Amino acid sequence: MTRNARRNRGILRYWMVLGVLMTAFASLAMRAVYLQTLSSNYLQRQGDARYLRTVTDNAHRGMILDRNGEPFAVSTPVESVWAHPATFAEVRREWRPLLTLLGLNATEVARQLRKHTGREFMYLKRHIPPDIAERVTALNIPGVYLQREYRRYYPTGAVSGHVIGFTDIDDQGQEGLELTYNDRLRATQGTRRVLKDLHGNIVETVEIVSLPVPGRDLVISIDKRIQYLTYRELKSAMQRYGAHAATAVVLDAQSGEVLALVNQPAFNPNNRTNLRSTLFRNRAVTDVFEPGSTMKPFTIAVALESGLFGYDSKIDTTPGRFQVGSKIIHDARNYGLLSLGQVIEKSSNVGAARIAMALDKERMWSMFRNVGFGETTGSQLPAESAGLLNLPSRWVPMDQAHVAFGYGISVTALQLARAYTALANDGVVMPLTLLRRDHAVHGLRVMSAVTARHIRDMLELAVSEAGTGTEAQVQHYRVAGKTGTVHKLVAGDYAEDRYIASFAGMAPASRPRLVMVVTMDEPSEGAHFGGQVAAPVFSGVMSGALRLLNVPPDTPTERFQWAAPADGRSPT
Amino acid sequence: MTVLERLHLDKPFMAGLLILAVLSIVVLYSASAGEARVALGQGLRLMVGFGIMLAIAQIPPTQLARWSPYIYAVGLVLLIIVMIIGATGKGAQRWLNLGVLNFQPSEIMKIGVPMVVAYYFSRRSLPPRLPAIATAVTLMLVPTVLIARQPDLGTAILVMTSGVMVLFLAGINWRWMALMLGTFAASVPVAWAYLHDYQKQRILTLFSPEADPLGTGYHIIQSMIAVGSGGLYGKGWFNSTQTHLEYLPESSTDFVFAVFAEEFGLIGIFVMFAAYLFVVLRGLTIAFNAQDSYARLLAGSLTLTFFLYFFVNIGMVTGILPVVGVPLPIVSYGGSSLVTLMAGFGILMSIQTHRKIVQT
Repeated sequence: MTRNARRNRGILRYWMVLGVLMTAFASLAMRAVYLQTLSSNYLQRQGDARYLRTVTDNAHRGMILDRNGEPFAVSTPVESVWAHPATFAEVRREWRPLLTLLGLNATEVARQLRKHTGREFMYLKRHIPPDIAERVTALNIPGVYLQREYRRYYPTGAVSGHVIGFTDIDDQGQEGLELTYNDRLRATQGTRRVLKDLHGNIVETVEIVSLPVPGRDLVISIDKRIQYLTYRELKSAMQRYGAHAATAVVLDAQSGEVLALVNQPAFNPNNRTNLRSTLFRNRAVTDVFEPGSTMKPFTIAVALESGLFGYDSKIDTTPGRFQVGSKIIHDARNYGLLSLGQVIEKSSNVGAARIAMALDKERMWSMFRNVGFGETTGSQLPAESAGLLNLPSRWVPMDQAHVAFGYGISVTALQLARAYTALANDGVVMPLTLLRRDHAVHGLRVMSAVTARHIRDMLELAVSEAGTGTEAQVQHYRVAGKTGTVHKLVAGDYAEDRYIASFAGMAPASRPRLVMVVTMDEPSEGAHFGGQVAAPVFSGVMSGALRLLNVPPDTPTERFQWAAPADGRSPT
Repeated sequence: MTVLERLHLDKPFMAGLLILAVLSIVVLYSASAGEARVALGQGLRLMVGFGIMLAIAQIPPTQLARWSPYIYAVGLVLLIIVMIIGATGKGAQRWLNLGVLNFQPSEIMKIGVPMVVAYYFSRRSLPPRLPAIATAVTLMLVPTVLIARQPDLGTAILVMTSGVMVLFLAGINWRWMALMLGTFAASVPVAWAYLHDYQKQRILTLFSPEADPLGTGYHIIQSMIAVGSGGLYGKGWFNSTQTHLEYLPESSTDFVFAVFAEEFGLIGIFVMFAAYLFVVLRGLTIAFNAQDSYARLLAGSLTLTFFLYFFVNIGMVTGILPVVGVPLPIVSYGGSSLVTLMAGFGILMSIQTHRKIVQT
């Protein structure tokens, strides 16, 4: 091979090398063109998908305020600690101070981390106080962040637990008014589109999709002062008489607003750990009982409205027994000849049954229905029971006699209170509400004003010295009311020694402002009659509540003057 | 004589390198999210690199030729030492801890192998015959196998390739070339069996990065997204989201090109490519003008190896080659490979500036 040929071959090699080089450069350039122009839209979207995230911002839930603006439920800002699992898992050595601060267990956190592998969010601890949150921030651990949330506080605690209810950790109503009016109270989360880096840090807000909207406040009908009073009186009475449970409701007779609603035993909604969920039951609306003698005023009302009986009509209850069908109805003793008023005053079952047997059962039914038995009260409280009122077509004579003194019918305490507003309000029953009423509403007339007044007179007798409800008396106010004591239905039969004692009444009797119903479930210590265990609660609450509401006294003279048959209206 | 000539520096080559050095500092400043430490560090390394280049440029090629066997021998000994006592970093035994700095002996071989092969051929008649080729291949294979076992497959292949370049430039017969390629192709399935799982995975990932987007495919997908997000004009300096939000791994080192592409777009890429092309073409010109076969072979090999780094890195970042740990020459943040690179450029400078000017 000549030197020249070899030289040429060398040159050929260099040209080849150059060719390969140029091809390689060209292919890279083409690849770049492909990525950056032809597929760049796709790749840009993919890129956005990696760092554009939607995050939510919380706002506070609406407050629940009593009728005078006192808070029952307020939301306070708290922080929740969350972690970006992948980042947090990498800094295991820095965990210790954080876990100590939050009281968390390392094994448990590690287990949670495994469960959240591949996710971007994991709660470490929710709802921590601000001072702890500050210390968490100070630790500055990669992948650990705070999120603003709101925690619900109930300043009145157990006092209003049942009626207000509570929310869960996600700020959603679970019980009581918190649940009923959840849609109104709850906050609407805001959403933002943000840039996040690989560790979950928000780098920049790109777009605010919607701003967080706080929930609206709810002003309810409850009066905090009366609620406290009722709670205190009911609790001490329940303890004194060793009752199993107890309920009290106070209504504004003229407006139908619920001013107080208390159940015992109560629970503190601020700390619900280790509480049995049965404690959450709002017995005033969920539990039904047979009203017993507290039903008698409505039987008398039907009698007066029917025209068959007058105010002074006499009923013969001799010999204190009355057989209807196969059952014999008893009185405590032989009362002999009684006026309608005395049937109430002495609480004569025989009298009520005899009257009922003379009445049209359809008319009885429609009176009971009109005052609200057998249907929910409209309180909107969760799990409210409608009670039980059978159709008259299914009544046998025995049923008709029994229902006249409150057996064979079941009601809730709130229903009973509502029914008594008809008597308090001169024959007009008011629709119930747990929200403050700022405008007058129309009620339903269920009996004439005269009938209602007559019955109030009779109910005043029942709390007189001669009646069964003496303990319900309130100094300086006239009181009308009726006691009730029923044997408790246990497994379909009446238990000999277990009672539900109740009292339903109103004050001041001349122009009633408040209606109150008190029930005691299984009072076991010393006494079990409604007049003994329930009436004192009525008296205790009323004496305070009437003064709180500045209701003028209607007995300007000494305390029991009205009890004497001096005003000429008392039956003889 | 100009100052540059007196310093034995080639003006065009130097210009090309300076452009790349500037690009490096600019993009690294952004890739490190404005951390001056990284940009300054790179500036310092580049200055050291240019210093080494300048020093080597003063040594005449004849002297370099004489040193070639010794450099190779030292490199080989160090490779054996590293195999026995080397420090382990990221699962591979590549480093020699010299107290002050960590040092990869495989870097010496990137220059040592082409030097020794060029030296070997330059003492024989060209084109080489079979025994000479066999000797040369042995000289390449021994360090290659040692490096591959560290394991550092990428560097091993590059070292081998730099030797093969010399072989090719030496005018090896086409049949031998074909035979070698054939052998290489035939050995692929065998070699596959010896690859580590992570190496296999990287190659498989190339064909379907979406199969495991959070695992092995992550690098490729993220870097392709970063490159593609750049578009024609780029998002502008400091505006690369994928990097600054830390989605792009190794954004200062092996994947720095993705940052550059996202920020400066297609236009920026073309500017960078042009700079590289200019440096490579100037290197080839130096080789072409070299006056003896040692210088020519060595210059050609060093230039092509430089190009190969560039090609493999860009190919990797744009998703047409598997992920092998090859930095983008000069631009990537990194120490020991930059030093090797600049030493190679020093040799090229020396070859260009020590020519005897003879009119032919």
